[in-house]
Amino acid sequence: MERLEPYLCIAPSLTVLAIFVFYPILRSIYLSLFLTDPLGNPKVFIGLEHYASQLSGTFLQSLLVTIKFVLYTVPVGLVLGLILALLAYQPLKGTRFFQLVFSSPLAVSAATGATIFLMMLNPVSGIVNYVMGLLGIGKVHWLTDPRWALWAVGMVSIWLRLGFNFVLMLSGLQNVPEELYEAALVDGAGPWARTWHITLPMISPTIFFALVVGVIHAFQVFTEIDMMTAGGPSNATSVVVFQIYQEAFRKYEFGAASAQAILLFIVMVFFTYLQFRLGERRVHYQ
Amino acid sequence: MRIADRLNKLLLYLALILASLIVLFPILYAILVSLMDPSEVNTFPPKLIPASPRWSNYLEVARSVPVGRYLLNSLIVSSVVTLGQVITASLSAYAFAFMNFRGKAALFALFMSTMMVPWEITIIPNYLTIRSWKLLNSYPGLILPFLATAFGTFLLRQFFMQIPRELEEAARIDGCSRFLFFRTIALPLARPGLLTLGAYTFLSVWNQYLWPLLVTNNRLMRTVQIGTRFLMNEEGLQYHRIMAGVVLFMLPALVFLLWGQRYLVRGMMAGSVKG
Repeated sequence: MERLEPYLCIAPSLTVLAIFVFYPILRSIYLSLFLTDPLGNPKVFIGLEHYASQLSGTFLQSLLVTIKFVLYTVPVGLVLGLILALLAYQPLKGTRFFQLVFSSPLAVSAATGATIFLMMLNPVSGIVNYVMGLLGIGKVHWLTDPRWALWAVGMVSIWLRLGFNFVLMLSGLQNVPEELYEAALVDGAGPWARTWHITLPMISPTIFFALVVGVIHAFQVFTEIDMMTAGGPSNATSVVVFQIYQEAFRKYEFGAASAQAILLFIVMVFFTYLQFRLGERRVHYQ
Repeated sequence: MRIADRLNKLLLYLALILASLIVLFPILYAILVSLMDPSEVNTFPPKLIPASPRWSNYLEVARSVPVGRYLLNSLIVSSVVTLGQVITASLSAYAFAFMNFRGKAALFALFMSTMMVPWEITIIPNYLTIRSWKLLNSYPGLILPFLATAFGTFLLRQFFMQIPRELEEAARIDGCSRFLFFRTIALPLARPGLLTLGAYTFLSVWNQYLWPLLVTNNRLMRTVQIGTRFLMNEEGLQYHRIMAGVVLFMLPALVFLLWGQRYLVRGMMAGSVKG
């Protein structure tokens, strides 16, 4: 009995992971090598043909859109989250309140955020265009103009992600030892010097972590796209996950969609590896 | 206090208030519009403050959309998944932290490797699995795939590791069974970790979109996120009602965040950086 105990403890987790993670990975790889019928059963073995056709067509196009989306949203999101965290970490009365306010987007789902921004970005009656008009900038057809649609969706994503980035940065700040600031204060360092020379290096692991997680998250964007633009206008916001969804659950091409999913995974692994190669050196671990 | 210090403080407060207004604006605006008269919504320039709050918008949207049912569905799914994950994760984390057994390192590596797998790869086969089990449009279909995660195991293991193993050995010598130690000593000591995992799981399941979109097409089985998606279709462009629905759907998560925020802040880095 004693010897069985550890296995009994991990059995529930292992069972769920086996059915809903391990098996699906193998199944996806398998499906990606087949033409499937509309029910998802593999019918004709075609080898790597899905991969070849994806790499010469739709996948590359949607990958490009996705990479643009990552570049639009992740850096801005990180900087904003960091600024909010630095503001709310000051020893002032009422910071608890501001901390709660800054983390509030965490409770807003992508579906909710998308709906609210759909209203705010309405080209005719929306408040965003109204304010832009007041500032003397012309009206923008945010979601129907191919030049703007990805920015518009990106804006929503940045806001939605702000709560997470803030909470992450704040918990990083809380791990910086107080003595370092005291020592710097004795040396006469001002607030800027303290931020630049102590805070930022000390929380660089947090920033790096937020970057890696943020990039992975942005590669997987779906909800805002599905609700706000459905991939349009003229495929300007057709990110990879949206393509996978279309391919699998609208066109019932489960084999091709599986190939896209695996290609996306490979790309994500590559980008994560790249970040570790380039980033780790600049990160200061305690 | 020197004048410069006071000025600094004043500027800081100004920045905090300004940032708060920007961050909160979409939420506040949704609430304000949800209380507007239909004629106020469509005026140009857009109004910010309703002349007199119109609470009946909430009743109207609840009459045309099964708001209560969506909320109930989301509540059931999120609660059961949260409870399930806390149970499965604490058990496996306990095994990995306190017990020695054959294949432990390999099994742990296997667990951890699943954290790298994006859900896109799993979602098509999982959909086919749930469909072949005839679980579309059912609670089990919404719940089962999320009952265990490697992330939960990893997070709780970090908390269990802070409990000295000698404590367990001493308790065992005193005749305390493994399960009793787990329940009465290890779990209470890992409470912050359990709360962090609980808060994180509840919010993320509450906010799920693609999975419930795939496995439910019956109006009564939709969760609040899918309900939100269909509000637009069902209410036309009646923004006052759409926002009333949105606010109702958002409220539980906001209340939940009010309670759980400190656990999220505290626990977030527990796994990635030493405390």
